[in-house]
Amino acid sequence: MTSAHVEPVTAPQGAPPAERATPGRARANPARRLIPYAYLSPTIVLVVVLMIVPIVMVVGYSFRDNVIVQENPVFVGFANYAKVLTDLDFLAALKNTAVFISVSTVAHLVLGLAFAMMLNTQLLSGVTKAIFRIVYILPWLFTIAVIAVIWRLLLDPAGVVNYVLQTLGLVQEGVNWLGDPGTALWAVTFANIWSGYPFFMISLLAALQGISADLYEAAAVDGAGPLRRFLNVTLPQLRPVIVSMAVLDLIWTSQQFALIWMMTGGGPLNTTEMLSTYTYKQAFSEYEFASASAAAVIVLLLTMVLAFFYVRQQQRER
Amino acid sequence: MTTRATRLKRLIGAVTVAATVATVAACGSGDSGDAAADGTVTLEFAQWWGAELPAGDFDKIINDFTAQNPNIKIKLLSAPYASTKQQLVTAAASKTLPDVVGLDGAWVNDFAKQGAIADMSKLMTDANYDSSQLASQIQLDGKTYMIPVVNFVYPLFVNKDLLTKAGVADVPATRSEFLDAAKKISATGDNAKGWALPLDTAVPNGIQNDVMSWLWASGGSMLTDGKPNLTSPQVKSTVEFVKSLNDAGVIAPGSLTMKEQDKVEKFTNGQVGMMIDSLAHINLIKKNKPDLNFEVAALPAEDGYTGKRGIPYASWGIGISNSTKHKAEAFKFVSYLMSQETNAKLSTIANGFPGNKNAEPDFSNSDPLFKSAFDIYKQGYPANEFVGLPKAEDLMRSFDEQLQLVLTGKQSVDDALSKSQESWTSVIG
Repeated sequence: MTSAHVEPVTAPQGAPPAERATPGRARANPARRLIPYAYLSPTIVLVVVLMIVPIVMVVGYSFRDNVIVQENPVFVGFANYAKVLTDLDFLAALKNTAVFISVSTVAHLVLGLAFAMMLNTQLLSGVTKAIFRIVYILPWLFTIAVIAVIWRLLLDPAGVVNYVLQTLGLVQEGVNWLGDPGTALWAVTFANIWSGYPFFMISLLAALQGISADLYEAAAVDGAGPLRRFLNVTLPQLRPVIVSMAVLDLIWTSQQFALIWMMTGGGPLNTTEMLSTYTYKQAFSEYEFASASAAAVIVLLLTMVLAFFYVRQQQRER
Repeated sequence: MTTRATRLKRLIGAVTVAATVATVAACGSGDSGDAAADGTVTLEFAQWWGAELPAGDFDKIINDFTAQNPNIKIKLLSAPYASTKQQLVTAAASKTLPDVVGLDGAWVNDFAKQGAIADMSKLMTDANYDSSQLASQIQLDGKTYMIPVVNFVYPLFVNKDLLTKAGVADVPATRSEFLDAAKKISATGDNAKGWALPLDTAVPNGIQNDVMSWLWASGGSMLTDGKPNLTSPQVKSTVEFVKSLNDAGVIAPGSLTMKEQDKVEKFTNGQVGMMIDSLAHINLIKKNKPDLNFEVAALPAEDGYTGKRGIPYASWGIGISNSTKHKAEAFKFVSYLMSQETNAKLSTIANGFPGNKNAEPDFSNSDPLFKSAFDIYKQGYPANEFVGLPKAEDLMRSFDEQLQLVLTGKQSVDDALSKSQESWTSVIG
């Protein structure tokens, strides 16, 4: 039978004695346990003041009648929700928002991926790619107000878009893109796609540059052509980024207000009314803050569904 | 060493907590109307006027007041109209309105009902103010809540060159003449149209300025005893007239989402021959197109109408917050702006008409068109029935939506007016 001699581990000479966070000491000095919370307190206060309190207030408003404009609003249960959910304008806004965000997100993804692949290709020179990189990212540099003004001017019946179409013989007379109920929703969606694709492009370009060249070489050795490589190497490698970006874009686009408000104001004939513009009109035009709060809570719940998928996706990636 | 580090951590923690508490406390404080230790009162004055006046002009008027009243300081909160409106709606709801506020007549009813703006009748009595010098007061239940400081009228703007090119000798004075002139201008080619009708629903004031103005110009009214009367023959005739302009193809395309600034731009560029617009835009048009040959005229009335013509107007109104601690000082400032001399000065630089009956704007350095407009204004009467109505913007928007259905052929005029009547009655019935 052998026995091993184990040297006791001792602190080196001159080193400070290790602090032992024994339960006894913590109990003796409870203030110490609060120190981490003190460090967190600015963030906690900001989150509470800027997020928790307003959300709780809006939820509270949504269950009362005539809030804000009258001093003693009464509790009305789900009456505001019933009113909003049976309002034809709200249902139209819900449908328009669904079309607007889904078409925008798909187009952002397709355009962003196409341009990112073009900027990542070996077929173009560095200078050419640098020029296109600047051109493609330009829409992202404009503020929403500028984008709205630019597109209002371009899409005017006497604007540049109609001039080009008429010159090419594609239309006989100027199309009323924003003033025609049949084209207005597609016109604002197009402007939103134009303003939002660069963010997808930049993110996907970064992801493309992170894909190992070995994978493409191995696929080529196995006889895979360009389409096969795209489907079986590029897309699977980009999948986490694409899913995250798509969910985030759905959330952001659903909150788009300024572009719609400045381009069409929800018209003509409510064809571009979104949940955001509907809620704004309820609050600041009709002074129906209770209905506006109920609409805002419904939007919050719909957004939380998307946020849930985003968080789950993030956890899966980890 | 360890002790020092622990102390340092505690110190940082304590400082962080103190700073957080101080920040939160600062967020909750900041009563604008508090008097300083030396007795000086600072009044906050939120308005959009400063943003629309030449740089520095409004500051001079304010500085004159503070020079005369060293115990009162004025802090100007100037922002564009739309931002000011949004901020004031929010502040009124939370009872945190600045001490003195610029008001549009369309907001008064809602703010007064919320108890956000003060009854100025009482303040006038307390200050022994002679209200007979005021051209108008916006009242609710007999109490004054807003005083119009400067009025801006909306006459008919006519592009003389386009009119001449169309072979029309005189500026139209009746609806038939207007329709005829608009048809002839639209027939000249060059993509010019006779008239512009902005019906954007984000800011639906086209209903007030460009649609109901036809009604008021013929002495009509959309209300009877303060209740909506949209199915009256006069209102029907107005909407049918607008529809006839649309059916004749003389309205510039894109009207369903056109904004006021688009209308002005199209007129300035010669794409539209006639428009109803604020006098305040004369300088802008002249600046953007100095050689545009245009004039202003009274709005055409119904054929055969010989009475006085109502001319739409918008005001820079003023009110006092109900929650300010310094109502007397605030009213002193209001009475300064309404004084004969200051009001004349302010009207002159704003190119508007004074809210003080005795004030005479100085047109000597202004465009002669202002003088013409002042004559039109004096021959008719200011008309804007939306002033003082509850949810005025919402009323305009609901009428706007019904009118859009008429113009797109989806609804008859009678149905549109009946639905508007029903909608308005639920608000002001």
